[in-house]
Amino acid sequence: MKIHEFQAKEILRAHGVATPRGRVTDDPAAAATICEELGGRCVVKAQIHAGGRGKGGGVKLARSPEEAREIAGRILGMRLVTPQTGPEGQLVRRVLIEEALDIARELYVSVTLDRHAGKPIVMASAAGGMEIEEVAARDPGAILRQEVEPLLGLLPFQGRALARGLGLAGATAGKAAKLLSALVGAYLATDASLVEINPLLVTGGGDVLALDAKMTFDDNALFRRPEVVAMRDLAEENAMEVEAGKFNLNYIKLDGNIACMVNGAGLAMATMDIIQLYGGEPANFLDVGGGASQEAVKNAFRLLVSDPAVRAVLINIFGGIARTDRIARGVVGAIEELGNVTLPVVVRLEGTNVEQGREVLRQAPFKFIVAEQMADAAEKVVAAARGGA
Amino acid sequence: MAIWVNGETRLVVQGITGKEGTFHALACRDYGTRVVAGVTPGKGGSTVGESAGVAGIPVYDTVAEARAATECNAAMIFVPPPFAADAIMESAAAQVELTVCITEGIPVADMLRVKAFLADHPTRLIGPNCPGVISPGMAKIGIMPGHIHTPGGVGVISRSGTLTYEAVWQLTNLGLGQSTCVGIGGDPINGTSFIDVLQAFAGDPETEGIVMIGEIGGSAEEEAAAWIAANYDRPVVGFIAGRTAPPGRRMGHAGAIVAGGRGTAAEKMAAMRAAGLHVVESPAKLGETMAQALLAQRAQRPVQAPRVPRANGG
Repeated sequence: MKIHEFQAKEILRAHGVATPRGRVTDDPAAAATICEELGGRCVVKAQIHAGGRGKGGGVKLARSPEEAREIAGRILGMRLVTPQTGPEGQLVRRVLIEEALDIARELYVSVTLDRHAGKPIVMASAAGGMEIEEVAARDPGAILRQEVEPLLGLLPFQGRALARGLGLAGATAGKAAKLLSALVGAYLATDASLVEINPLLVTGGGDVLALDAKMTFDDNALFRRPEVVAMRDLAEENAMEVEAGKFNLNYIKLDGNIACMVNGAGLAMATMDIIQLYGGEPANFLDVGGGASQEAVKNAFRLLVSDPAVRAVLINIFGGIARTDRIARGVVGAIEELGNVTLPVVVRLEGTNVEQGREVLRQAPFKFIVAEQMADAAEKVVAAARGGA
Repeated sequence: MAIWVNGETRLVVQGITGKEGTFHALACRDYGTRVVAGVTPGKGGSTVGESAGVAGIPVYDTVAEARAATECNAAMIFVPPPFAADAIMESAAAQVELTVCITEGIPVADMLRVKAFLADHPTRLIGPNCPGVISPGMAKIGIMPGHIHTPGGVGVISRSGTLTYEAVWQLTNLGLGQSTCVGIGGDPINGTSFIDVLQAFAGDPETEGIVMIGEIGGSAEEEAAAWIAANYDRPVVGFIAGRTAPPGRRMGHAGAIVAGGRGTAAEKMAAMRAAGLHVVESPAKLGETMAQALLAQRAQRPVQAPRVPRANGG
């Protein structure tokens, strides 16, 4: 789960991370007032979940409260296009108004999971403001790494070593070490999967602050983090994905026109892959769950066909514990119940009682296109999508 | 032969009185697994799966009691996510040798603790969020449909569930049986890695070749490929699911996410090719590619050609 920058900063402040002073608002007039309170100069930052906001024109310096009002008025309500939003952009509903600070250095720090080590890891680099992937590609040696014992957090000497590695000294190094330890504390205490501060600011006066903040959370741990769940902003998420979540379906919208419904995440990915291999483009990822019950199939189907881009549907189910003929009856029942299905539907069933399953499909009033293997299914659905039937 | 699961396996099922736990405990027993005990705190003294002429599986309050009473040497966990980490550590503390955790949705932070705890215990953990382990014809610990498998000489390792069944079904239909199939699970932190399974297969003379099914995310497939290049000379067929997955989106499994440009299918497939694996672009070709690779291997090393039934075309 993702949250906004201003929310991440709230969490981080509560754990002792220094951040610039500021407030969030959806009102240009309030932006001017906040700017006034901050001393008449401020930064106006669009609050959307996607990154790269500066590049898209969503972060601007205002030299007066009047300018803050004018900039906020322009940014609020705009569809901000960044490298991460896609061409349609994301509607800006709120701006964060923060004090403008003098910048001596911009650094990078993050806390994330090192899957290989099986531990959290702090990464730091002196190249703040740059994407860490870019730094990693250009000069991997420039990234400092510090594994964290999850039960201990970042130990003081580890924080000092990182600060030193970033070229900090004296009181500033002490402040940085303290901030890093607080950052790891916040990561561990909230079941975060990522905390990223880019840039971490060193001011002319030697203070160290989180100028930007990004946090994402382990979806599996949300059951015990109600304070994090309360920060969820559904308006930032794809409407169809939110709808799918209500039915416990695992759905991700993609750009193609072939909808697919599959049981199991691995098989669902493999189905998307084989569609592409045969020259088609998947419209989505959708895992209906291992058992593929009639209810799940029905809800999934309704969701898939509500995507206007879809030209054909591929249902790929491996009947394991649940017998194939039962699943076939579920698919037929779901389509009958939905009524007015006009899209071509290719069904590939495999597993136990597969012959009976295919027979159920052939006998159904709805004209399914029955496929025998994954390759056959991919070929048929790509042809059906092209035919526009 | 087989790895890890066989006729000697004595299984305890943690969470046996839940709907899933009961269903799959009995399915394992029907397949031939010796299911000797169940554990559900507070339900000790009851039994599960008793019917005319069939004794029920005794339920205990703790794994330690189950172990003392039944000498169970393997555990299968169906405990809900908030309590699953505790269940894994309980079986480890009771010195159970093999623990298979089926539960999906365990928080990463919990698994980090489990990982640290297991470092001091003899238990091998498989999973979580996995279909389990099956040695066809002998025993299964998990939720996979037993009847799609057939005994033979191909080892299967995978991060996913139904995609593994797909591969197994292709093999079975070509007459290629399996020695053992291991689902290591789709989570970012798991107990057993590809390399752990590869090492075990390498030590099993009857495993003639391996099908390895990876997914986007992490670098476990790259590490496994490097291990294969250095240590394993029997044929390995590889596939990576998720080449069409966009970066930054979690594809169902918690571990299946391309982060920071790393963990892509293209990178993994390239690493596998460089390591000499038979990489398939199409998941529909896993079985036939294995069949061809085994034939080629036998042509090269006829002495090694043993006991896979009808491998030459089926």
